[in-house]
Amino acid sequence: MSGAFRIPGAGRFKQAKTARFSFDGQSYTGIEGDTLASALLANGVHLVGRSFKYHRPRGILSAGAEEPNALVEIKRDAARKTPNVRATVQELYDGLDAQSQNRWPSLSFDLGAVSDIASPLLSAGFYYKTFMWPKAAWKSLYEPKIRAAAGLGVSPDQPDPDHYSSRYAHCDVLVLGGGAAGIAAALAAAETGVRVILADEQAEFGGSLRFESGAKIDGQDGFAWAQAAVAKLAAMDNVRVLSRTTAFGYYAQNFVALVERVSDHLKAPGHDLARERLWQVRAKRVVLASGAIERHMVFADNDRPGIMLAGAARTYLNHYGVAVGRNVGVYTANDSAYAAAIDLKKAGVNVAAIVDLRDNPTGPVIDEARALGIEVNFGRAVIRAGGKLRVSSMTVQPKNGGGERTIPVDAILMSAGWTPSVHLFSQSRGKVAFNDETKRFVPGTYAQDCVSVGACNGTDGLSATVDEAYAAGAKAAKDAGAKTAKGNKPKVDASESWSRGMLGAAPGAGPDTTVKAFVDFQNDVTAKDIRQAVHEGMRSIEHVKRFTTNGMATDQGKTSNMHGLAIAAEMLGKPIPEVGLTTFRAPYTPVTFGAIVSHARGPLFDPTRRTAIHPWAEAQGAVFEDVGQWKRAWYFPKAGEDMHAAVDRECVAVRKTAGLFDASTLGKIEVVGPDAAKFMELLYTNPWEKLEPGRCRYGIMLREDGFIYDDGVVGRLAPDRFHVTTTTGGAPRVMNHMEDYLQTEFPHLNVWLTSITEQWAVIAVQGPKSRDIIAPLVEGIDMSDEGLPHMSVREGKICGVPTRLFRMSFTGERGFEVNVPADYGQAVWEALWAEGQKHGAAAYGTEAMHVLRAEKGYIIVGQDTDGTVTPNDAGLDWAVGKKKADFVGIRGMARPDLVAKGRKQLVGLKTKDPKVVLEEGAQIVEDPKQAIPMKMIGHVTSSYWSENCGRSIALALVAGGRDRMGDTLYVPMPNGVIEVEVTGMVFFDETGGRLNG
Amino acid sequence: MAKAAARKTAPAASPSVERRPALAGRSTTAAGVKVEVLPPAERMSLRAPEGSVAALSKALGVTLPNKPKTSASKGGRTALWLGPDEWLVIDEAGNDPLADRAKVSALHSAVGVSHRNIAISVTGAGAAATINAGCPQDLSLEAFPVGAASRTILGKTEIVLLRTANEAFRVECWRSFSDYVFTFLSEGSRDAAV
Repeated sequence: MSGAFRIPGAGRFKQAKTARFSFDGQSYTGIEGDTLASALLANGVHLVGRSFKYHRPRGILSAGAEEPNALVEIKRDAARKTPNVRATVQELYDGLDAQSQNRWPSLSFDLGAVSDIASPLLSAGFYYKTFMWPKAAWKSLYEPKIRAAAGLGVSPDQPDPDHYSSRYAHCDVLVLGGGAAGIAAALAAAETGVRVILADEQAEFGGSLRFESGAKIDGQDGFAWAQAAVAKLAAMDNVRVLSRTTAFGYYAQNFVALVERVSDHLKAPGHDLARERLWQVRAKRVVLASGAIERHMVFADNDRPGIMLAGAARTYLNHYGVAVGRNVGVYTANDSAYAAAIDLKKAGVNVAAIVDLRDNPTGPVIDEARALGIEVNFGRAVIRAGGKLRVSSMTVQPKNGGGERTIPVDAILMSAGWTPSVHLFSQSRGKVAFNDETKRFVPGTYAQDCVSVGACNGTDGLSATVDEAYAAGAKAAKDAGAKTAKGNKPKVDASESWSRGMLGAAPGAGPDTTVKAFVDFQNDVTAKDIRQAVHEGMRSIEHVKRFTTNGMATDQGKTSNMHGLAIAAEMLGKPIPEVGLTTFRAPYTPVTFGAIVSHARGPLFDPTRRTAIHPWAEAQGAVFEDVGQWKRAWYFPKAGEDMHAAVDRECVAVRKTAGLFDASTLGKIEVVGPDAAKFMELLYTNPWEKLEPGRCRYGIMLREDGFIYDDGVVGRLAPDRFHVTTTTGGAPRVMNHMEDYLQTEFPHLNVWLTSITEQWAVIAVQGPKSRDIIAPLVEGIDMSDEGLPHMSVREGKICGVPTRLFRMSFTGERGFEVNVPADYGQAVWEALWAEGQKHGAAAYGTEAMHVLRAEKGYIIVGQDTDGTVTPNDAGLDWAVGKKKADFVGIRGMARPDLVAKGRKQLVGLKTKDPKVVLEEGAQIVEDPKQAIPMKMIGHVTSSYWSENCGRSIALALVAGGRDRMGDTLYVPMPNGVIEVEVTGMVFFDETGGRLNG
Repeated sequence: MAKAAARKTAPAASPSVERRPALAGRSTTAAGVKVEVLPPAERMSLRAPEGSVAALSKALGVTLPNKPKTSASKGGRTALWLGPDEWLVIDEAGNDPLADRAKVSALHSAVGVSHRNIAISVTGAGAAATINAGCPQDLSLEAFPVGAASRTILGKTEIVLLRTANEAFRVECWRSFSDYVFTFLSEGSRDAAV
């Protein structure tokens, strides 16, 4: 059996398979094609959750994405627990396991419901008013308690094992919404041959044709027509049909984001199947066919389980074959609820009474209801619902007061009318307009190439909808470039027609201050709360919304916004359009983080860049550090070595014999053209015109403001060709900086920039034995000091492959940087390594590189400088061309504050106790005895243990530092004050003789 | 330092060390898609003003295209338009474009980037869908026909994309990004059957 409330012969799943499922541990049976909501209702289960604030028992309000109440947790396994799933959207599969939320210890007995009794204390603005004092309690008590009590559902606590995919797509016409309007528009567009995408959030297309039993199109039942039409569309090469796909964001230039639920409805999704797929679609034209959402009636206790939207009850009957009760009442201000009553009555459900707030409505549905023997009451209101865990009665009263009458019911179907779904239109930056006659906001001024059709455009009646949509689809295709059209407009043979409704609170909603007549179910906002917000001075609807939280839950007020607005407008005595509508924002319905992240997780979270020599370092057991996206070998520990021991050994080896270092990550830019030297003159502080081909120079690049931006060694390969190196982290931005200036400031220069960072693997060989290691492998280059002096570059071959061989040093030792085409990097490294082994050379990593350069006082841009350091501050005046008339930063460098006395200057620091290593970033003071806060005069930028010096060394930025040589300064630390002496920046080989050693 | 160490020797005919291309030989197959790393090729980044295009085209044996999103191909050599004065020249026939243009005196910049890039081919009915997992370009045959080329993005990286046949693309990326790009395309291929 698939539930006691399943009506034989009703619904569309005639030969469906049964599916077992559980809810709160209780087993039930539904059928495939059910949603969790329809399956629960088939089993007579209405109580499915507890509300957010008052923990009120809640049932199923709707049959679609607007559901505010029926939010459950779906659990596939320990890692796959999804909270806040709308039971009205979740499709049933065999074995589905659902749990209710926001209740303890059980759904029917929830201790949290005490807040319902205490509700006078929990009125609108309660959070803002109540938890103000004492201040300390906010952090320790209020915030954590509110967090625990509030919020719906429990976040999964394990990594998500599912995968999510993404797809960019383009089309001529994107149709959003697959009801009669969307299908008609898609047909018209598709018949012209243009590329069409049709998307709908439901598993099956048809929209309101799911419940409109009176619709007939092209001689068929409306829903059957929809299925046939979509099947035809799906078979066309130029059409992509996406079901279970919600358009949740509408961005600039017709860029629409949609999420497709690929496998949430499957019993056992295969491992290769994504859970969800994010579609990012660029469309020439968009047709919005998003339909309308029914509003509830606002009256006392209108949230009792069993009270639902009339259209939803009709959907459960006509689509799923489920009766939502055995004895139902109807409360309406609009004709559409009559159709629900009629369908239920015909299916054998007793309709206790229809209560219509209108005075004397007329029309065929009213006549038909009467003809079926249903009691119809005009000008009356339901002022109260009875029952707690399930509605048991409705109390009726003439709307202007008078005698009450209580009618026993087990369900109430309500309808206050239909709100056009203008969410996506509004997201597209279109402006809505209020139609005073129909009391609806409908699309007004368009901001993008889109068009609204059908119910979302305020168009009533199936025939008018299809006409409008078909014409709009054809026009969208034509505007997108379609040449021909050959097709037939669907013919509507029969349809239903509903008139208006009402907005705001019905008589049963107060003014009594204890009445709970819900406007926003998900955020527990009542009519009284809206009134109170106005009483307390809120005038703008934006303030009313934030004060009451009306429309701010995850359902974004799909059922509540218009009621809230109408109540506020009434209180303010202003017409609705003057109070205004709040802004609709993406996402239309909640979207998982998984879908948004899609592929960008694990190894695809961010590219991990590895050098050509990486595999060798890895095989040697190197420890790597992240430098930007690069993995760089940090140090090469031998068995039993910790980091310090390894770094000390590597540093000593470089100065004693030689070391090999992978410098491939250094940024490299080839600057080529007859004006290359002119360009270099403008981008760097140094002079370049006179640098001879074959020679190198250390260059400094400034920003316009005169501060150091980057540095690196530049080799001139030919009069019109420079090989520029940059810092590893600076490579992309230096390239952009150069290209920016070239294109905007110096476009007259004939010069081009090409990134060659990845063309060349770079092997630094440094140390007294470096030449002995390299020379046997080199061909075509004179390796003598005369042939290849310090700071020069030659092109030739090494190991038979082309090389750009630099003689340069970042260690202060005789040194070389061997550039070889990247694919040869590892093999050349191995050849050099083999040579190096004959001399006792070591591989060294970035840590030893840092120590060695600090021993020589060579700066690292970004470590010893921080964007506020000038060449003079860094002691690099010698690298600024004194005779140069112009370069980027020359005027910035002359600013009064950059030449003022007392600027922080880079100096060396030696701790009085040579064993003490300072902490990088530590602050420096003149007098450690002064009161806190002390006057800080600088900070440590680099600090290391130097095995070569036999002591600690440090670099620091100190105010007026170069005038303090020999002075004693202090570094206050938590464990005491460290005494330091100000020194020059060179700690090792001050004369520099070892460069040729 | 001994002078002996600085001796010159005659150039060797061929490298004494082996070339180890990134991801060499890697491939993966999914329903309707094959993703595989292509063998090394000669590559040159070419920059030149309009006035030099004719001379360079003649020297290279392929007419440099002048329209956005296009390429020109002849004898295993393809020139991809990347910008108004920028081309990527790829030679799969083993000839060096850098050498071929060496004698051109017309203004230009040519830089060898053979080792900077690696190429990955994506073929099969799901090739476009695989690439569209992370590339926002319209890859329909109307918008991106055979021969179309573009410097674009794939996920978080820059790629150069060339359509070599109705159902075949060449994806060029920088060497150190190749692992990311290959992994991304592999992931995309799993979802390309839709």
